[in-house]
Amino acid sequence: MIEQRKNFDEFIKQVRINILKFSLAAGSDSAHIGGALSCADIMGVLYKKYIKIVESGSDKRNRFILSKGHACLALYSCLVELGLIKPEEIQTFEKNESRLLGHPVINKEIGIEFSTGSLGMGLSLGIGVALSFKNKKKENNVYVLLGDGECNEGSIWESAMSAVNFNLDNLTCIIDNNGFQQTGTNEQIMKNSNIAEKWKSFNWDVYEIDGHNINEIDNALSVVSNKPKLVVAKTIKGKGLKIAEENNAWHHSMISKQQYEDGVKDLNE
Amino acid sequence: MNKFYNTNSFKLWSKLGQRAVFGLGMLEIIKKHKDLIVVTADVSTSAGLDRFRKNFKDNYVDVGIAEQNMIGIAAGMASEGHKVITTTFSPFQTLRCSEQIKVMLGYMKIKVVMVGLASGLVLGPLGFTHCSIEDISLLRSIPNISIVCPSDPTEVIKATEASINYDRSVYIRLTGSSNTRQIYAEDYDFKIGESITLKNGTDISIISNGSIIAECLDTANFLETKGISVEVINMHTIKPLDKKKLNEIFLNKKLIVSVEEHNVIGGLSSSIAEEMSELKNKPPLIKIGINDFYSSGGSYEFLKSVYKIKSEDISNTILKYYEQS
Repeated sequence: MIEQRKNFDEFIKQVRINILKFSLAAGSDSAHIGGALSCADIMGVLYKKYIKIVESGSDKRNRFILSKGHACLALYSCLVELGLIKPEEIQTFEKNESRLLGHPVINKEIGIEFSTGSLGMGLSLGIGVALSFKNKKKENNVYVLLGDGECNEGSIWESAMSAVNFNLDNLTCIIDNNGFQQTGTNEQIMKNSNIAEKWKSFNWDVYEIDGHNINEIDNALSVVSNKPKLVVAKTIKGKGLKIAEENNAWHHSMISKQQYEDGVKDLNE
Repeated sequence: MNKFYNTNSFKLWSKLGQRAVFGLGMLEIIKKHKDLIVVTADVSTSAGLDRFRKNFKDNYVDVGIAEQNMIGIAAGMASEGHKVITTTFSPFQTLRCSEQIKVMLGYMKIKVVMVGLASGLVLGPLGFTHCSIEDISLLRSIPNISIVCPSDPTEVIKATEASINYDRSVYIRLTGSSNTRQIYAEDYDFKIGESITLKNGTDISIISNGSIIAECLDTANFLETKGISVEVINMHTIKPLDKKKLNEIFLNKKLIVSVEEHNVIGGLSSSIAEEMSELKNKPPLIKIGINDFYSSGGSYEFLKSVYKIKSEDISNTILKYYEQS
């Protein structure tokens, strides 16, 4: 248990450092830093333990869909740690002809299941994949990560309704509930403080956790349910980069060399 | 592929119309594609799929009245190797979920066959929420999606089979009512992207598609009595266009007339005009279709008159042009 915890911690620390490396590489093109850092712990646990993208080969892997595609740096950073993306490729981020743009571009070879970034689409895709697994009697699971702001999209609720209708117990949806969206807090832009209640009323199996507590994330993900499962993960936007925490100016921004170095130093302490 | 029909079927099918025959055909097509999934948005009856829904439960997904989710689920299943057909009424199959179509079928190139029911003007009594005169224009601008407009129920079956086996996503646009005109008496080869000459003629080429092509055949026969020789081309595929045939027409005909049950902006006439735009010497193109306005609603026949796409209107338009030039 302690060993597993250390493994998670080290993996997630490297994921956060990678996020900062990518952000630095983006330069003046800027990167979605805040929302990538907020879901780094969730995605670290998912990729370290649940997706099994490397060890289970192409067909047996579980599927992860980053519906909040602007958090691509968290995804790329996990894939770097898993060896699917070479560390040198970090420097190509958002550059001409790069495989790693500011929103994920489908590339199964390096572990990107779908092109996402237009919000509200990932859960529908996940339901389609989960239905296909049921249809083919496969044991694979599907994980979809949504943003809380993303839940403004009507299409999310179309899919939320249908996942329960289709009895998809192989589907887990996680909301990175960092409380912010592009131009303000959820409270300022579109109130959704009772988000867990909304999903409960749709008859999902709902868990509310601290999205930076590794044990809570792991426990919630490991629950076997007979319904689609929703994890509302309360998180801090910009988590791990002190100057960015709870500061929405870091939603999409540039990081200076000094800020990068300070950030990496803090993470290593 | 073994055929499940013969020329005797064609006559019956024309009575049933394009929509009902699509549903009927799926009962046979599923036998050849066991992993095929039909995803609908609460329209099994409208698509003639009631028997399919009952008999092939594992191959049928109803997402309810939620078309964005329909495309997402279809794309998700297709990405895991299923052949997938989606279907609902044309406006909801295209415009309502257009960005999902762009991202999933266009950008990601996930292959799904979309069947737009009752496109054009046939739902005129229900008003223009349900008519569909913009679908081709919208989808044509999305890369990696082909568009097919079958002329009669037989061609719906052929287009559906061809689309399932095609290497990219296809939108099949169903038009016309029941008791629609039977265009094909004999069996024939259908290939996506290859137009079909329904009638030969030397002076004018009428290029059309969908069930409205019946009006064009009547026009062509009428103009023959006036001493004008008219060919009728079934340009059933709007994308990819049969450029070879078009360029042959551009070279050899004095006049081209396009006839479409769609806005004249962005559909068949636009496609033809775009293809001929760089030629130095080209015949004139008369664009007959819906002239970019929503009329008052009404019956199919009434609306075809309003938009001047009935055979006598098409004949008059052509004769008027002929007399002036």
